Amino acid sequence: MTQKLIIIGNGMAPGRMLEHLLEQAPGLYEVTIFNAEPRVNYDRIMLSPVLSGEKTYEQIVIHGDGWYIEHGITLYKGHKIVSINRDAKTVTSDHGVTESYDKLVIATGSVPFIIPVPGKDLPGVITYRDLDDVQAMLLAAQSREKAIVIGGGLLGLEAAAGLASRGMDVTVLHVMPTLMERQLDPAAGYLLQKAVEERGIKVITKANTKQILGTSKVEGIELDNGTIIPATLVVMAVGIRPNIGLAKEAGLAVNRGIVVDAGMQTSDGDILSLGECAEVGGMVYGLVAPLYEMARIAALHLAGDRRPAFVHSDTPTKLKVTGINLFSLGDFAVGDDREEIVLRDAAAGVYKRLVLKDNRIIGTVLYGETTDGAWFNELKKKATDISEMRETLIFGQAYQGGSPLDPMAAVAALPDDAEICGCNGVCKGKITGAITAKGLTSLDDVRAHTKASASCGSCTGLVEQLMSITLGDVYNPAAVQPMCTCTELGHDDVRRLIKAKSLKTIPAVMQALQWKTSCGCAKCRPALNYYLVCDWPDDYADDYQSRFINERVHANIQKDGTYSVVPRMWGGVTNSGELRAIADVVDKFEIPMVKVTGGQRIDLLGIEKEDLPAVWADLGKAGFVSGQAYAKGLRTVKTCVGSDWCRFGTQDSTGLGIRIEKFMWGSWTPAKLKLAVSGCPRNCAEATCKDIGVICVDSGFEIHFAGAAGLDIKGTEVLGLVKTADEALHHIVALTQMYREQGRYLERIYKWAKRIGLDEIRRQIIDDAEKRQAYYDRFVFSQRFAQVDPWSERVSGKDKHEFRPMATIGYSEAAE
Amino acid sequence: METNWIEIGDINDIPLRGARCVKLQQGRIAVFRTSESEVFAIEDHCPHKGGPLSQGIVHGKAVTCPLHNWVISLETGKALGADRGEVRTIPVRNEDGALSIALESLMMAAE
Repeated sequence: MTQKLIIIGNGMAPGRMLEHLLEQAPGLYEVTIFNAEPRVNYDRIMLSPVLSGEKTYEQIVIHGDGWYIEHGITLYKGHKIVSINRDAKTVTSDHGVTESYDKLVIATGSVPFIIPVPGKDLPGVITYRDLDDVQAMLLAAQSREKAIVIGGGLLGLEAAAGLASRGMDVTVLHVMPTLMERQLDPAAGYLLQKAVEERGIKVITKANTKQILGTSKVEGIELDNGTIIPATLVVMAVGIRPNIGLAKEAGLAVNRGIVVDAGMQTSDGDILSLGECAEVGGMVYGLVAPLYEMARIAALHLAGDRRPAFVHSDTPTKLKVTGINLFSLGDFAVGDDREEIVLRDAAAGVYKRLVLKDNRIIGTVLYGETTDGAWFNELKKKATDISEMRETLIFGQAYQGGSPLDPMAAVAALPDDAEICGCNGVCKGKITGAITAKGLTSLDDVRAHTKASASCGSCTGLVEQLMSITLGDVYNPAAVQPMCTCTELGHDDVRRLIKAKSLKTIPAVMQALQWKTSCGCAKCRPALNYYLVCDWPDDYADDYQSRFINERVHANIQKDGTYSVVPRMWGGVTNSGELRAIADVVDKFEIPMVKVTGGQRIDLLGIEKEDLPAVWADLGKAGFVSGQAYAKGLRTVKTCVGSDWCRFGTQDSTGLGIRIEKFMWGSWTPAKLKLAVSGCPRNCAEATCKDIGVICVDSGFEIHFAGAAGLDIKGTEVLGLVKTADEALHHIVALTQMYREQGRYLERIYKWAKRIGLDEIRRQIIDDAEKRQAYYDRFVFSQRFAQVDPWSERVSGKDKHEFRPMATIGYSEAAE
Repeated sequence: METNWIEIGDINDIPLRGARCVKLQQGRIAVFRTSESEVFAIEDHCPHKGGPLSQGIVHGKAVTCPLHNWVISLETGKALGADRGEVRTIPVRNEDGALSIALESLMMAAE
């Protein structure tokens, strides 16, 4: 006969228990769930990515409504159980629903700990526990004002990072001297603090909150030492307490948590408990791996197998803040009977520490470089004697026994029982077995069948490597062309992730996106440098060592190692004074070649690198600035003489060209950008083969784009017709910004347009005035930082070292 | 024969992931500093078409020539990848940041 099973709570632990139970003993129970939250079962570990915007709620749902219906489970959403009648074997909800049970599972989880200070109940003081809290934080973050997070542990730092990425000014208060002191030793805590501070989050350690200030809502916090920190939002993330009130009232044995035996049974034979509320072997747990183990054990017991017992094992801790890698496991306190091995690499921000006892690993702290965490965990679990490999142990698995450095080989070498997914306790053999037995070919399939990488996702890379090893060439994780051999990611993914993860330096990109080389190559570095310049114009410090020589020294290298110099001639217009100054420079520096360029200006060729600053200084005195003839950026705006002189001219094409050039000079673009403005459809400025062109007509300005006259020859496409010069400028600037934000490095505008589609570009630039304005505004903002003449900077001494030999040897004094 | 070390300057004169050149009458030497602050010196003359290697982008222990993107190993002076060719490497001594290069290699390099 079917028995009645009631579950109080619908978190991750009971959700997982049900999955096991449905697999072990389908149809054995008629299941009813009471959930105090008005929702289905979702992945609480992923709340931080929801807060930071990397995921949506829909993406973290574990069991949708359909799942409950499919399995005939009754789910009462928003029903809190208020009493358990153990004699009658019934439970009653706050809405008055009473149901009877044969077996009851209490999974009431935990409640956040609220520090008992004055002001703790003010509006604006919240905890970080469920989706409602995340939504409250997201709402508060819209103000972009100040937030304080109390608690520098795992949850507090994730909350702080999320709020900061949402634009809030965040301060973390932590009562201990270093962050995450329960998981990290002081050295790693220090590195973590630096990394957190680099994200613009302020950290105050040894901070004791005296009171929360405010009358009708939060206004700030006062510390014991009298410091007052203003804030409109206070997040308390100081810890959790098992939620045992209901069990206690029902007369069940409780201690810190609800006391259960190794089979998850409470002091009442028909009641089980699991999850954060349960205390087993004197321990309560908060990380998902042991909770899932409880779920497995409880399901087996419910299915009738009384043998399985819960066994404690240490769970590694990882922080889910993008770009910060840390791993902590076991016991890392020092002691007389213990030894330690430490590796530091300050430049790379790496810190690794292994704590040994009797030649066995008992604790591990990894910061910055955590790929060997799984391996150290494995050695610890198996209590492997490491004396043989002691010398090289800290360098990781790849350095042992001469095995290759290839990460694939390292994964291939793992034993079948090596744990791959810590959250779900999935070992390598289970994954490879499922891939083979069930013919799985996609990551989603593997997640669905094995749960590996389905929770926090930090082992996704490992799972993908296992798929590659098992499936060979059949598995192709990235059908996109990688940027270069340093990464598997394509340009679009890299650009997207730079934005999504707020990556603001080249090392941060390489770290977060797992570059395979230590400092990239000549292909990816200039691309990354451009993406960062474009995406974070105010924050990013241009990395000149990642620029091609021409952009580094602001001149064009020639085949013999000399340079050419092209000063800007706005719209191709010059005068006698400028020409005279150029003539003088040519004479003074004995410049061997003077040539008129295709972009209506003058090229001075054959200049020695050492002479560049002096040449620029003389040109600068005549009012010249760099023509950026070397840049992946705005080059020239060609014009014809237009209505000022030409008998056919319909508009002031020269004036518009100069205006556009003065507005846009200095901007960096994915590839070079050449413009032209023709005063009539006779098109003397050849605007219809340019990246962006304007054809003036009587009724206004026809804007063209996506032409080419280089490797490919292609006439332009028409973007649209506008009435005024102001509108023409506005549209051209917006189009350029759209291309700047979406183009792949070295992708000319016509190739980008082909990829994106002309209609989409017209829709965004012509039809959508709001979007156009937003692109325009972002371009204007970026120009604030870009419009600095690089020549005059260098005349004033910037990058001096570029233009001088380091040493000159063997020349006599006279020769100098 | 005793090595004749010639001082060329301080390691901080060279940017990280960058290079400077040392001029001598017979030719130019490119001195590189990698991201790990290792220093290498090679002829400043790409085996392909003579490009100034000191002007290239430095990555790992290699430099990409600015003219046609040949990648030259700073350790061996050999072209990497499918390209074939090599430049002379010159011994560098780094004493607390004070850099010197070995003269006789330098003379040989200059030929």
